[in-house]
Amino acid sequence: MKAPPFAYAAPSTIAEALALLAAHEDAKVLAGGQSLMPALNLRLAAPSVLVDINGIAELSEVSLTPTELRLGALVRHKRIGTDAAIAGAVPLLGLACPHIAHGPIRSRGTIGGSLSHADPAAEWPAVCLAADAVMEIRGPAGPRHVPAEAFSLGVFTTALRPGELLAAIRFPVARGRAGFAEVARRHGDFAMVGAAVTVELGPDGRCADARVVLFGASDRPIRRRAAEERLRGQAPGAALLREAASLAAEGLDPPSDLHASAEYRRRVAPVMVRRALADALSLPEARLAA
Amino acid sequence: MNAPFTGQPLIRAEDIAHLTGRARFVDDIRPEGCLHAVIARSPFAHARLLGVNTASVEGLPGVVGVITAADFAELPAEIPIRLAPLAGFETFLQRPMAADRVRFVGEAVAVIVATSRFAAEDAAERLEVAYEPLDPVVTYDAARAGASLLFPAAGTNIATRYTAGMGDADAAFARADLVIERHMTAHRHTALPLETRGLIAHQEADGILRCWGSTKVTQWNRRALAVMLGRPEHSMDLIEVDVGGGFGAKGEFYPEDFLIPFAALRFGAPVKWIEDRREHLLTTNHSREMEATVAMAFARDGTMLGVRARISADMGAYVRTNGGVVPAKAAQFVAGPYRIRDIALEVEALLTNKTPVGTLRGPGRYEAHFFRERLIDLAAGQLGLDPAEIRRRNLLRPTDMPWSIGKLVPYEPASSIDSSDVPAAFDAALDALGYDALRDEVRKPRPDGRLHGIGLACFVESSGAGPSETARVELREDGGLRLISGVSTQGQGHKTVLAQVAGDVFGGAVPMDAIELRNGTASLIEGGFGTYHSRAVVVGGSAIHLAGQTLRAKLLRAAAARLQLRAEDLTLREGGLWREGGTQPIASMAELHAWMREAGEAPDATETFRPEGRTYTCGAHAAHVAVDTETGQVEVLRYVATEDVGKAINPLLIHGQAIGAAVQGIGATFLDELVYDADGQLLTGSLADYLVATATCFPNIETITLENAPSTLNPLGAKGAGEGGVVACAAAIANAIADALKPLGVEINHLPLGPDRLLRLIPETPA
Repeated sequence: MKAPPFAYAAPSTIAEALALLAAHEDAKVLAGGQSLMPALNLRLAAPSVLVDINGIAELSEVSLTPTELRLGALVRHKRIGTDAAIAGAVPLLGLACPHIAHGPIRSRGTIGGSLSHADPAAEWPAVCLAADAVMEIRGPAGPRHVPAEAFSLGVFTTALRPGELLAAIRFPVARGRAGFAEVARRHGDFAMVGAAVTVELGPDGRCADARVVLFGASDRPIRRRAAEERLRGQAPGAALLREAASLAAEGLDPPSDLHASAEYRRRVAPVMVRRALADALSLPEARLAA
Repeated sequence: MNAPFTGQPLIRAEDIAHLTGRARFVDDIRPEGCLHAVIARSPFAHARLLGVNTASVEGLPGVVGVITAADFAELPAEIPIRLAPLAGFETFLQRPMAADRVRFVGEAVAVIVATSRFAAEDAAERLEVAYEPLDPVVTYDAARAGASLLFPAAGTNIATRYTAGMGDADAAFARADLVIERHMTAHRHTALPLETRGLIAHQEADGILRCWGSTKVTQWNRRALAVMLGRPEHSMDLIEVDVGGGFGAKGEFYPEDFLIPFAALRFGAPVKWIEDRREHLLTTNHSREMEATVAMAFARDGTMLGVRARISADMGAYVRTNGGVVPAKAAQFVAGPYRIRDIALEVEALLTNKTPVGTLRGPGRYEAHFFRERLIDLAAGQLGLDPAEIRRRNLLRPTDMPWSIGKLVPYEPASSIDSSDVPAAFDAALDALGYDALRDEVRKPRPDGRLHGIGLACFVESSGAGPSETARVELREDGGLRLISGVSTQGQGHKTVLAQVAGDVFGGAVPMDAIELRNGTASLIEGGFGTYHSRAVVVGGSAIHLAGQTLRAKLLRAAAARLQLRAEDLTLREGGLWREGGTQPIASMAELHAWMREAGEAPDATETFRPEGRTYTCGAHAAHVAVDTETGQVEVLRYVATEDVGKAINPLLIHGQAIGAAVQGIGATFLDELVYDADGQLLTGSLADYLVATATCFPNIETITLENAPSTLNPLGAKGAGEGGVVACAAAIANAIADALKPLGVEINHLPLGPDRLLRLIPETPA
């Protein structure tokens, strides 16, 4: 299939990109193109202008301070999965990356593109939520910062306003442990359901803090605060993880699609939480069914 | 390398061109002034077609013209049946384009021809077509009930019904100690070659209408096109180019095989059409969707006494060129490679508002072996027998050969298995898997918490259908050989294998790299029936063998006359012509060619090979799986497939065929599925939704090629080797999963075996 007609622009600065987006209401931003190009060829999208941001150098920058990792929106999945400094600062990024599609897609696809596309089963939105990331947005009204939880608003829906561009993602350097688990039909497919977790252990060995995120289980990645609350202040153990996993599944109303029914997702979601926590806390016995 | 070439694992002569981007696939052909066709297709599964407003696109940028069914209403354009002409089918043939009713989503309603593919697609979006929706028929029950009819004039959605059998199944079941009966289903999926279909048609200055891209059965397709267009066969040619896979689906006569040549004639220019992936999933033949109630009768000691099967196949909206093969072969193969003499079959083919079906690698066999092998495991459980033991007690033995399988197919004569050693093939699979040790091992608790299981399945597979193949072998002026064959190639490696066959006839006097193959194109040689039913090497190779022998004798006679020697004292081997017992060659093959020229004799020979029957391969599959009972995910830890191919002409290529077939079959069992909703809309219209096995999915496959039972029906001893790897996959995988889940009381009767289906079968435990 062939794309419908469109105009193409390749700005070299963020300011130029914002001007183009302001001038063309139905323009689309082209980053890695891994979702947009198929949509064009299937004629599911017909923007009048493609604004190709690949030539804007600053969007590919990675910077790391003792407290913060900042990834430009154009940083490719492959770099995130292979740059030891990135995974060292935020281990969840390194754990999740191998689950994203395949080599050729990881080479082109970008973290900003994935976040802006907002597929509810994608890995990066869940990772950003679990890792407490903040989105750095540029737009006609100036820059603004939006925490991950306020950024993903629904299926293919984000807090980005017309004319805005996601410029970078800021992660606090992780102080705790991380775990990641998902089930997909084939390795690299979008997850049917998955979990991303971070756990901070206090000096007493108890959970000082935890973030438990499910993805593929709702219209966006969701924190499971009841599970987090259950973990807080407790000493990690298999029984605790099972309880937290059960709490994580409570009240879920997951979607159904061709590959997994709502019932499947409801049933497997707590398993993913338990396994992600078991990996994070090095409790292999908690990976197994009771 | 030295002769004999047969039996050597030679790498494919085709590979260099393919690996260096020099292959020529249909889309690589770009004639000057080529127009591009896009086909507008029905978005409804079942509707009256009230009108196509061609004016809505005429005059749009780049549009050259639009074709609708009205443009060829007077032509006899029903696409004929090539194989499996079952009674009643003739009422349900497909014309290339819908005229007043559409019967599946994707049926063609107009062809838009434009100066570029982009322009044609832009126009197609704006084409106005008026429909009046009708009730779609999407289930077996709705098809049978006939409240909504696809062909009202026929008065039924049942395309055919027949019974067949051998022996006395009633008596066999009456004396049984145990009868196992289950309702089972196989799921709709498709072949999915990497390269989609495509065609370029052009009537060139010499008046010949040439079509590039048709494959598989070019001579038959040319005959069909001649009838449909009403012009003589000799005024057209179907030219084979490199093909990126077929697996049964590609190369049959499809609507586009008429529409694109028709468009080329209409607009007086070359017209190209390349199927996109969505069209491929909507319009290229589907296969395998059937439900069956199968019963097997056993004696207490596990002896199989008889089998009964009622098989209903979902044929989709029309009967296409070979759709009837699917139910007919499922019925024929339901008894498998076992000593079962009493069989009763009822077969029914139903029309639904879905894409029509055709053959897919191992048509009917994949389904039939799944049905039967599941029942055998259930019987083993009830009789307290090991699954290997119950099979061993019933397998056909070499002393049973030839084994009559009766006349179970209405359009075919009675058939017999020509030769086999099934117990050896079965034991080879068990040995490779380490069955006896693994049997105990899988019941022990695993550190990862998964349940393990072993699945076994035995199969028989037919190949090498007639009626015949004709081949010509020519000695080139440089001493090389030119082979001309009517069989087609879709990537199997015939250039290599057929050269091995020919080279051995000449004792290695012609090196492998001096043997060329010309095949596939319709006009090359009369008497070519094409490539299907794993017949190209068995039948086509035998024809080359015979023609080679005739040419060899001719060359030796001519040389003897010139040298005033007896032909019996001369021979051909490496170096060329030798005198028996000589220490050096008398003449090179190039000199032999020169002698023939001087003598005014044509250095070639043509022969036809007519097999007296089909060749049958047998084998076994054995799978070791691990099931994650919390996610329904299955890992195939090991998979062993054996097949006795009679004679392995190129073991390397057979290995590739077997591995590829196993990946395709295992993938189909877990992943491939064409899903329709209640409105007859295809929900799996892209490769994001239609899942196909990739290189990383099933890495642990071992295949073993056996040569214990050469065919008695052809001079090569060869049998087809392209389909045995696929036919027992659902059976072995389903048995392995059922074995793993036995502690949970789970039965597996329905395909495919994705995680959602499996998890529904597994009782839930707390997280």
